[in-house]
Amino acid sequence: MAEENLQNKIDVIVVGAGPAGVSAAITVARGGKSVVLVERAPFAGAKNMYGGVIYTHAAQEIFPNFEEAPIERYIAKHSYVLLSEKDSTQISYKNPEHEKNAFVAIRAKWDKWCVEQAMKEGVYFAPNTLVRELIVRDGKVCGIKTDIEEYYADIVIVADGVNSLLAKQIGLRKNIKPKNAALGVKEVIKLSKETINKRFALEDDKGCAMEIVGKPLEKLFGMGIIYTNKDSIAVGIGVSLEDLKKQKMKPYELLDKLKEHPFVADLIEGGELVEYSAHLIPEGGYNAIPKLYTDGAMITGDAAGLVNNVHFEGTNLAMISGKFAGETALAAFEHNDFSSNMLCLYAKKLENSFVLKDMKTYKDVVHLLSGRCSSFLNYYPDNINKFFNIFTCADGEHKKQKFQKFTKDFFVKRSLSELFKDAIAGIKIVFGILK
Amino acid sequence: MDKKIEDKLFTLKYKTDSKCHLHPDEAKCLQCLEKTCTIVCPANVYSYNETDKKLTVSYEKCLECGACRIACKYINWEYPQSGKGVIFKKS
Ligand SMILES: Cc1cc2nc3c(=O)[nH]c(=O)nc-3n(C[C@H](O)[C@H](O)[C@H](O)COP(=O)(O)OP(=O)(O)OC[C@H]3O[C@@H](n4cnc5c(N)ncnc54)[C@H](O)[C@@H]3O)c2cc1C
Ligand code: SF4
Ligand code: SF4
Repeated sequence: MAEENLQNKIDVIVVGAGPAGVSAAITVARGGKSVVLVERAPFAGAKNMYGGVIYTHAAQEIFPNFEEAPIERYIAKHSYVLLSEKDSTQISYKNPEHEKNAFVAIRAKWDKWCVEQAMKEGVYFAPNTLVRELIVRDGKVCGIKTDIEEYYADIVIVADGVNSLLAKQIGLRKNIKPKNAALGVKEVIKLSKETINKRFALEDDKGCAMEIVGKPLEKLFGMGIIYTNKDSIAVGIGVSLEDLKKQKMKPYELLDKLKEHPFVADLIEGGELVEYSAHLIPEGGYNAIPKLYTDGAMITGDAAGLVNNVHFEGTNLAMISGKFAGETALAAFEHNDFSSNMLCLYAKKLENSFVLKDMKTYKDVVHLLSGRCSSFLNYYPDNINKFFNIFTCADGEHKKQKFQKFTKDFFVKRSLSELFKDAIAGIKIVFGILK
Repeated sequence: MDKKIEDKLFTLKYKTDSKCHLHPDEAKCLQCLEKTCTIVCPANVYSYNETDKKLTVSYEKCLECGACRIACKYINWEYPQSGKGVIFKKS
């Protein structure tokens, strides 16, 4: 590297200060190598939005002192809600032993806190710095080009999120297809802590994560979420970009429809909108994972499509993949080998962990579900609500007749062949997961 | 509905870039029937005027999500310059 200005040369450059990037950078610093973490935003988290849940197992693995972070609420209650035109069915799960499994955090605060910890451990943080492209020489990635300058490193860890223009530039991946992307839009609505606790039946600082399927999103593959912050709640939807295109529906109008449903309207009543946001989610799953490394570079987190959509997990996969990339970089320095031969260790670490194992388990689920979304996310939820409507309604009419009509309608409104296809998809999902 | 999205965007802070970072291929836009960009964009950045056959790009409202670049291959899409663009504080 004789020709390069030595002042602009460092051991490792990490691009993107999301959960993947910060975990990679702190791992490298802990191993005693010099590392700069580059972020295009004025502060870490300023460009980032998500549903709201951080998983304790991953947070703890990277930041043993994570309990000092700006946590909104630990999730003590998980609710699943099925919506029809006006009515709703809700199932809630609580387990006092699992109350600290996950927590809600706001990215502008959480990402910022994580980077502050990384800086304390020696990571050099460069905000307000957009990486325009990676510098590639003789097929090897050896640095970055920003708006102003060029910087060189033995290894570049690419953690630039779902759009990853950089992984695309070096040919590791192509643009995501609309069917492999979901668009998330979300509103944060301010309500007092007391009101939130009352409406969600929560005590003190305990929180609730709610996942919603059904009517307002009919015809689209997508779902709604409601998560409780300390003194605000997040209401959002994630919907297939392909379906938005096909159905010609605007994402914010769909979100408004969800907010107008009586179930949601009751929860947010009187609240003040304090922030609106949007972001893409990679939905391609295991089958869409690109090659994860090349000479001098590794790609992590959303940039590599590492999201488990069935369980709404992304930040934990990002953090652990970042950690593995950091560990691999350290091993590369030990062997003084920054080629693919060495960096394939990163892919092996991922394969041996829950990250790729879980993604493999669910490799066909999203595809099967999206193919049958009008039934699994609409027809069946609607019928569950119809059932409860009959079950709970005393109106002086004969119950047997009502149930007979319900059963008849159930089979008449959906042809046997459709029901059969649903059953096949259901079986494939279960066997796909268990095999 | 348009007022509603403007109200939503009003909650956001922006450090507006001096130049536009979204570059649709105007020739393709003229022939484009779907106008997908005007549908999928969560910030109502794109609007098409039928009479003067022009696509307006209000890039200063952009949330930098990338939905338009995935949905339409004729947009030359960049991030705003270093430090510019939208700032989320509560998401
Ligand atoms: C609507 C929605 C809901 C979600 N809900 C959850 C949830 O509840 N729980 C969960 O675990 N996961 C959730 N996810 C997924 C999760 O947010 C992501 O998987 C996770 O943030 C990925 O982390 P990352 O570090 O790979 O990427 P990001 O968090 O996107 O970070 C990438 C960073 O790189 C920066 N950057 C990009 N390009 C450049 C460049 N060229 N130069 C410099 N900097 C750059 C960006 O500004 C950003 O800070 C959700 C996602 C969405 C969109
Ligand atoms: S940007 Fe794309 S979708 Fe929008 S009008 Fe032009 S060609 Fe059509
Ligand atoms: S990046 Fe997102 S917010 Fe910006 S113009 Fe494209 S779709 Fe709209």
